[in-house]
Amino acid sequence: MQIVKMVVTGPFAAGKTQFIRSISEIDVVATEARISRSEEQAIKQETTVAMDFGRITVDDDLVLYLFGTPGQRRFEFMWEILSEGMLGFVVVVDSTRPETFREARLILETFRNYAPTPYVVAANKQDVEDAWPPEDLRIALHIDPAVKVLPCVATDKESVKNVLLELLYSILETMDSEE
Amino acid sequence: MALKGNLQDFSATQLLHLINLARKTGMLVVETPRDQARLCFREGKLIYATLDGQDDRLVSILQRAGKISEELARTIRARSDIKDDRELGVLLSNAGYVTQKDIVDSVRTHVLEVVYKLFTWPEGVFRFEPNALPVEGRVTVSIDLENVIMEGTRRLKEWERLQEELPNLDVALRFTDRPDARLRTINLTVEEWRVISFINPRNTIRQIAQYNNMNDFQIRRIVYGLLQAGLVELIPPEGIEIKPAPGVPAPTVVSPVQRRPAVKRSIVQRLIDRIREL
Repeated sequence: MQIVKMVVTGPFAAGKTQFIRSISEIDVVATEARISRSEEQAIKQETTVAMDFGRITVDDDLVLYLFGTPGQRRFEFMWEILSEGMLGFVVVVDSTRPETFREARLILETFRNYAPTPYVVAANKQDVEDAWPPEDLRIALHIDPAVKVLPCVATDKESVKNVLLELLYSILETMDSEE
Repeated sequence: MALKGNLQDFSATQLLHLINLARKTGMLVVETPRDQARLCFREGKLIYATLDGQDDRLVSILQRAGKISEELARTIRARSDIKDDRELGVLLSNAGYVTQKDIVDSVRTHVLEVVYKLFTWPEGVFRFEPNALPVEGRVTVSIDLENVIMEGTRRLKEWERLQEELPNLDVALRFTDRPDARLRTINLTVEEWRVISFINPRNTIRQIAQYNNMNDFQIRRIVYGLLQAGLVELIPPEGIEIKPAPGVPAPTVVSPVQRRPAVKRSIVQRLIDRIREL
């Protein structure tokens, strides 16, 4: 059986776990812990400390694994481990919290350095009134015009499907350009 | 959709850069506990700005600029029939008190003073109101934001921030492919020109600093300004061999092909088909 792996990364509370939950065929294997810092508690009660794991089975020979990274910096040591052998990655950004954009940029650069694989940026929470539009996020995060910045609502399966499909199209384009 | 945030997270420089690149039209309102600024833009150009509590009528702007006397200003204010600044401008110009250039230059100076003040605000909440424009009747100008960003950056004294934005000096620079970024229309200092003259994929920022006898702060400030104005972008340097420090083993060079998993095109296509079905 061939296993293909994709990584879902992004800052703390960007919606990575929800993103995987919306598309995974199994209940996401989440390694969450209660948050101890009060300022982070104000945003959410539990956070991913090692990884989230979701799965999409194609057939008996092929399965796609989705790994969600912990968003907090102190679990950064997990990032490189999770990125090993990834086909591509998704950077999930909370479009309503500009205070996380700088962190998103740093995470994006870190993952780009781990592996030169294609990636897309998911501008999450586009259903919220205060969300920054994807094209403004592109400028704020200094995203290359060739990289897709996609509107996303991580709770909506169709929206998550679209992000993953766009990433796969980018992977195909990269393969074509290298041939 | 709304564009809201805090200057602590998204600086004035970054905001103006965004408005410039996205060619936005509307009003940027920035509020601190003590001040409020309103900046108006049309298609990415700054056309008007005002500070809360500051008299921004043309008569006051011209008086502050020394173009009209205090006595004339008092006379104009006493006339209740002139409420429109544009009308006032025409009257003053026709009467020979000021020229059209005096008016434009004075408004321009006023607008720039407001926007440069904004650069010094370390915090404040902002919101961008799309399509909102200045009060009817105000005299507006059209100012390219690249120059504003460059000058604002010159005034920026935030060493830590610069270091955070540009942590690595061992990268090279190249000119962006943006067709609207034209060096000829931008006012650059001698130091900025000196940096620009060394821009080459083989020169790292650190080397450019060495060639120009600049310290890390000076080179960061200049490169940051050029980056924010959208004139240059960062790239990995060409042909530079990164030597390890003494006693440290050389890192294993991992080629992109080695790191990328061996996945065939057909596998990706099957994944696409499966996800479409979900």
